[in-house]
Amino acid sequence: MTEMSSLELLITAVIAMVALATVFGLILGYAAVSFKVEGNPLAEQIDALLPQTQCGNCGYPGCKPYAQAIVDGEEINKCPPGGQATIDALASLLDVPAPELDAEHGEEAEVKSVAYIREDECIGCTKCIQACPVDAILGAAKLMHTVIVDECTGCDLCVEPCPVDCIDMLAVPATLADWHWQAPLTPAQHFASDNSDANLIATDRSLDHSKDRVA
Amino acid sequence: MSKTWDIPGGIHPAENKQLSLGGPIRAVPLPPTLILPLSQHIGAPATPVVGIGDKVLKGQMIAAAKGFVSAPVHAPSSGVISAIEERAVPHSSGMQAPCIVIATDGDDSWIEHSGSANYREKPADELIAMIRDAGITGLGGAGFPSAVKLQPRQTITTLIINATECEPYITADDQLIRQRAADILIGIDILAHILGDPERVLIGIEDNKPEAQQALASVLADKPVTEGSPAIEVVEFPTKYPSGGEKQLIQILTGEEVPSGKLPADLGIVCQNIGTSHAIYRAICHGEPLISRVTTVTGKACDKPGNFDVLIGTPVEHLLTEAEFDDTCCSSLVMGGPMMGFTLPNQTVPIIKSSNCLLATTAEESPAPPPAQACIRCGHCAEVCPANLLPQQLYWHAQSKNYERLEAHHLADCIECGACSYVCPSSIPLVQYYRAAKGEIRLIGEEKRQSDRARIRFEHHQARIEQEEKEKAAKREARKLAAEAAKAKREAEAKTAANSEGTPESTTHNTSAGSAANDTGEFDIIQAALARVAANKASPQDQRKRFERAIETTAARLAKTEQVLEELSKDDSSELNKEQLAHIDQQRATVEQARLRHQEAKNKLAALDAEQPTAQKAPSETPAASSDDKSLDRAATAIARAQKNAAEQALMSPQQKLKKQRDALEKRLSKSQIRLTQAESDGSEQIEAFANAVATLNEKLKAADIELAGFNQNSGPAKVQENHREENS
Repeated sequence: MTEMSSLELLITAVIAMVALATVFGLILGYAAVSFKVEGNPLAEQIDALLPQTQCGNCGYPGCKPYAQAIVDGEEINKCPPGGQATIDALASLLDVPAPELDAEHGEEAEVKSVAYIREDECIGCTKCIQACPVDAILGAAKLMHTVIVDECTGCDLCVEPCPVDCIDMLAVPATLADWHWQAPLTPAQHFASDNSDANLIATDRSLDHSKDRVA
Repeated sequence: MSKTWDIPGGIHPAENKQLSLGGPIRAVPLPPTLILPLSQHIGAPATPVVGIGDKVLKGQMIAAAKGFVSAPVHAPSSGVISAIEERAVPHSSGMQAPCIVIATDGDDSWIEHSGSANYREKPADELIAMIRDAGITGLGGAGFPSAVKLQPRQTITTLIINATECEPYITADDQLIRQRAADILIGIDILAHILGDPERVLIGIEDNKPEAQQALASVLADKPVTEGSPAIEVVEFPTKYPSGGEKQLIQILTGEEVPSGKLPADLGIVCQNIGTSHAIYRAICHGEPLISRVTTVTGKACDKPGNFDVLIGTPVEHLLTEAEFDDTCCSSLVMGGPMMGFTLPNQTVPIIKSSNCLLATTAEESPAPPPAQACIRCGHCAEVCPANLLPQQLYWHAQSKNYERLEAHHLADCIECGACSYVCPSSIPLVQYYRAAKGEIRLIGEEKRQSDRARIRFEHHQARIEQEEKEKAAKREARKLAAEAAKAKREAEAKTAANSEGTPESTTHNTSAGSAANDTGEFDIIQAALARVAANKASPQDQRKRFERAIETTAARLAKTEQVLEELSKDDSSELNKEQLAHIDQQRATVEQARLRHQEAKNKLAALDAEQPTAQKAPSETPAASSDDKSLDRAATAIARAQKNAAEQALMSPQQKLKKQRDALEKRLSKSQIRLTQAESDGSEQIEAFANAVATLNEKLKAADIELAGFNQNSGPAKVQENHREENS
């Protein structure tokens, strides 16, 4: 009786396991089909952080390929247009320490620049139009070309192909619309600047104790 | 007296309002130049509608509104447009912006304008258009176009008129109410009418303006009750900074809080400044655009502070002169109040629509802020924040540029009132941090938008390039297939030409090209159609070429067979056997056949040329067709000739050919004879060969004569041949 019961127990256990495996297998199979994520979500997240200048300074033909390369293990410090801000954002997304910008790929620009075609000198060769990754240059063969400033990402890919060297990268002038307040000096910066008595409590401010501090 | 509510936080800074309340609103002499920035409001800058050198009249529109959220600019006085250029404008950046500069002529002559007091008979749309055309913006400080605010999608139940003027020093609204309460109340009635007469119309006023309250109350008491006008209630509440903020005032008067990211209109409330309602009164009842405003000029650096009715565009230095401003004792010149105003970079900037105050303070009045110390976490800032924010947290996150956390702490709801900075024992310029962070966040958002657009453009660019490549490949493929089909067709053509079974029709080509297109399923129908069309276009030329080729080949064959025949007949003159005779016959038949085919090909070519009159002409006959008529004529002659030839050939081709052959033989004979005589005279060793040739030709001619005679008798080449053979044997 006991032997029978143990066999029964075994059979019951096996049946139960098989049943569970089937049920979960079906659930997983269903989930794999119906909740399938198209594309690579991480690459898209990285792509969203990249500046989209499509300049190719990183060595990849555009921001998306670089995003994919980062997913595949590429360094995150190869984007000069994005600069340190982009590196920091990528580092926090990928949860890795933020490295310095790799100087090999260029330096972070101080101000945003856009291409400008000296229209008198343009011969209408369309080479820059072909080079522009965002179709921001307007023109036709043997007709003068011009840059749509609002669409130019400042990647300077159009400068090199120009046979008459009539494309300049001009800094975008600051306007009232772009202007915003700058953050004030922090107490630490005040202290570091040495020309203030920021380190003094209010009652001592009228006195000149800066020399004492230095001494 | 309505119930009022309290707002959280708030401060009680020294008011200093009595300074500028010493007398009535003063007029300002006309300045020699007026500088009118194109962007004096929130929204798109106005577009100039005048040119340099244009004469303008007072009240004339000089720049038109551009877009929905925008406001036009009017000439505050008559004069000449002297410049449209970048000038220093009153802005915290100290930057320059496009301005229209008017050199006033002193006449101050008005443009024709009119208003009417019976605004209640006009529809709201018309009044809103008038307000918009008058360039009226909020005069409280922000400068939001009033017409936009008066077109809410929501139903408005409460109209709030902001007469709070909570900032220290400023008394412009106070003085305006004291002197022009009646006009203001008409303006408020206009607003109420536009908004469909809301249930409640409240004028919120702090209890530090008893004279203004009195003025309003007395006018309200005297006011004749006009039908449909809602009752206007003046609500007094305790003075506290910043009660004058729109959201704060709404909370004080209604107890309702405007939710974060929402507008007062979502609560059925519209808030307008009391100065704006006065401007609206001037615009509707007098037809005057917003060309002047009341501005307080105050501070201890001014000997005669007060309120001035100043033209928009008046340079600050001109106005300061009126207040007997002393530059030497002035430590800071601020536009706006001491809490929210900004330091002016210089005195050449103009007064604009939102300039409610010029504050020229001495050093002792407003000492330079002491250097910021470290935050001691006292929490005073959180206590005074009217928006219930956590200024300390915002400060930390702003310092570490943690914009996500800043947004989570509702930085956007900060009204930048400066209460936190005011109470900070460490004198941390908190508001400046928030302003900087707000700017950064806006900039990052803008960059994000730009990069998103760049991404989309890049993706479209890539897609376009791919598409172009695909199309090119498809075209290449189609060309290749068409070439193959043409080649196959040519081969088939050559075969049929060789078999003399007529020429393949152009449809053969069509089907082959069509089937080729079908075979490669991935081609679009267009490509196949293009290929077909190309094939069709090419086919007449192809046919022509084919025929020409056929003519050539048949001619060559003819020549060859004739040669063979000649050789054979040369032989048969000396030794003959049956086999050779048979061969000769065979060759002769071949010659005949080749001739026929040659002729046929020629006919077809002619027919083809006739069919294609405007296309290629037979080169021998019509080298170039200059006009359609000519070509048609030529085509007609070609057709006629071809038909004639065809008929002739059909009837008497063998005879003709025989004759021709005989003629040719005669020619050759005469030539050979000439050569022979020459050789005889020269004594050449080739005499024998020449003599032989002459003899052969004579023989041939003889045979041809017999043949021709036989043909004439039997009318059939076979018989002729037979005769010939008989004769030979």
